[in-house]
Amino acid sequence: MTLSSAAYGLLGALPATDNPSADFSDTPWWVALIKALVIFVYLLISTLLVIWFERRIIGRMQQRPGPNRNGPFGLLQTLADGAKLMLKEDITPAKADKIIYLLAPLIAGTMAFVSFAIIPFGGEVWMFGHRTPLQLTDVPVAVLLVLAVASVGVYGIILAGWSSGSTYPLLGGLRSTAQVISYEIAMGLSLVAIFLFSGSMSTSQIVAAQSSLWYILPAFFSFAVYVITMVGETNRLPFDLAEGEGELTGGFHTEYSSMRFAMFFLGEYINMFTVAALATTMFLGGWQAPPFIAAINNGMFNHGWWGILWFTIKMWIFIFGFVWLRGSLPRTRYDQFMRFGWKFLIPITLAWVVAVAFIRGAQLGFLGEGTVTVGPLGFNTSTLVIVAVVAVIALAVAWVWDGRREARLAAEQVSPPEEIDPFAGGHPVPPLPGQRLREPSVALTAGGSSGESVVSGGTVTAVKEEDHG
Amino acid sequence: MTSTAEAVAFWILGPLAVLGALGLIFARKAVHAALGMALTMVTLGVFYLIEKADFLGVIQIFVYTGAVMMIFLFVIMLVGVDSSDSLLETIKGQRWWSFIFVIGLAGLLIFTLGQVTFDAKTVQAGMDRLVANNNATGNVTGIAEKIFGQYVWAFEVTSALLITAALGAMVLAHRERIVPKRTQAEWAARRVKENQDVAGLPAPGVYARHNAVDTPALLPDGRPAAKSVSRVLVARDQVARTDGYRDVERYIEREIEEGRQK
Repeated sequence: MTLSSAAYGLLGALPATDNPSADFSDTPWWVALIKALVIFVYLLISTLLVIWFERRIIGRMQQRPGPNRNGPFGLLQTLADGAKLMLKEDITPAKADKIIYLLAPLIAGTMAFVSFAIIPFGGEVWMFGHRTPLQLTDVPVAVLLVLAVASVGVYGIILAGWSSGSTYPLLGGLRSTAQVISYEIAMGLSLVAIFLFSGSMSTSQIVAAQSSLWYILPAFFSFAVYVITMVGETNRLPFDLAEGEGELTGGFHTEYSSMRFAMFFLGEYINMFTVAALATTMFLGGWQAPPFIAAINNGMFNHGWWGILWFTIKMWIFIFGFVWLRGSLPRTRYDQFMRFGWKFLIPITLAWVVAVAFIRGAQLGFLGEGTVTVGPLGFNTSTLVIVAVVAVIALAVAWVWDGRREARLAAEQVSPPEEIDPFAGGHPVPPLPGQRLREPSVALTAGGSSGESVVSGGTVTAVKEEDHG
Repeated sequence: MTSTAEAVAFWILGPLAVLGALGLIFARKAVHAALGMALTMVTLGVFYLIEKADFLGVIQIFVYTGAVMMIFLFVIMLVGVDSSDSLLETIKGQRWWSFIFVIGLAGLLIFTLGQVTFDAKTVQAGMDRLVANNNATGNVTGIAEKIFGQYVWAFEVTSALLITAALGAMVLAHRERIVPKRTQAEWAARRVKENQDVAGLPAPGVYARHNAVDTPALLPDGRPAAKSVSRVLVARDQVARTDGYRDVERYIEREIEEGRQK
């Protein structure tokens, strides 16, 4: 990736059409079926691995070994847990709505798999004599499809909460749904910037558009918002309020056991992979090799089957982030979490999308064609002006915000008086550091009519009864 | 014109959509009805996808199933966990009026549908235009050009109407707080000042064999303490009686006494 190509990426023109760039014309139905099966197996194995990975990493972070008994390095621990889970008794509460109680884990489990159909794992390869992209399918609205599938998957959670016929699951289900829907808004808005940059919503087109510059750089703010919302979207710590053990026992799956619980568990982990894969595709160049590796031997590692390797590595970086967060952060409070989502993330992401729209408009020449040349790079004048204006506004807002925060903190911090009367409140209070004790000023009369007598340090001091407020 | 795959999809999804619609009308539980509606909406979205209107189909699922129906479910679940429909008429003459309206609507639909000509050529021409447009600029760009070009005024006016409606709903539902909300510390201070329940309200009853918020605690003389149960439960008449537990206690006490006497 050279500098001039980076500049090209920033100034990249819109594609002629927003249709997918992946070519599925030479993909017979049985190849698609094989691809679907392979993705299914890939996800199941990833889930088995990630549970082990999470427990080992958190174990390391907490200075203990983690599971290490079953198989090499404890790798078979998840398999053993899964087998145990399947042999457990399947309990249906007496007050449960039987059909929906059965339906909810099915929705949550199956919907998690659907999104991976549009994730590109690599470029075009030869597969059984057919030239086909390493992607199950692609549509012009692929990213929207992921969001739509996620919103249908939420039904699994809310229906599980309702159909259990019990209070904790109901509250947990409502909480979790409110959380996922709220954070999906911010997530969708953060992705709008990517659509503006790439001119398409199809994943193959977005990956192709990042061949010279990954969108994590121009759309850095979207990336930050997306990473926050993806944790909220998957109900993971520090945002796992839906199953806050301290207050809701297990949240929406309190009443579930055996295989039905396993379905929720599976769905949750695959959702983690889905949001991580989407982040990889949208911000980290998808299956494309990292910059310097991509330049080796004229792009030797940058096409075909190699894509799966780069894609998997990038996806697991996000998974490690999830685990790291879980190992280091406590749970947030629900009202603070929702306030953060609605009053901070959504408005600020809206402002960001407007700014990106202006920047893109300027780059595409809607605001004038003049260019400035700095060394080998040519820049659009109006783009520079817009970027400068946005930066100045952002700095000004940050400055004002900081000033207000400091003023508020200063107002909150009232310095204590230099001298205190230790008996002012009726009972002795020790002085704060740097405070002087005031000598008892009340007359030394025993048993005043309006006060009560207190013996302190050998002197009888009458202390006036103050209200306990 | 209709390919085999399209026909197969239609004959699988069509009955599903009808099933969902019938479920909406005939289900006794509100949540089941809402689910039937969600099913119909999802199938509609899939129909759009099959008809090569990708954006419309996904938005149908995303917005209607994901957001609108979810809010419905929220309300239904919050209102009552298990509220089944009652067949009691709450508005007088509701059945007759609805009957008349249903006849009217059916007539309107039949007349409109009766005038539709299923001309294979016209349908095919429309389909061809859509496919050509999808290939030329893409489905999303095509629909954007329509919304922000040809129909920009209709679109903006509708959005203004919707925003007005949302604002109106907010204004109607808003309740201005006349006095500032009391904090926990202020409540505690007031209790001390008025010298009433200084240590807080009594906790609900805890017995050897029972422990729940709906059982009142017992006063020293054996009467139930009214303040130990939430006033919501009192209003709903869901307060449990303590006689049983008291009797158990007396029985145990008597046994102990008899044991001593022996």
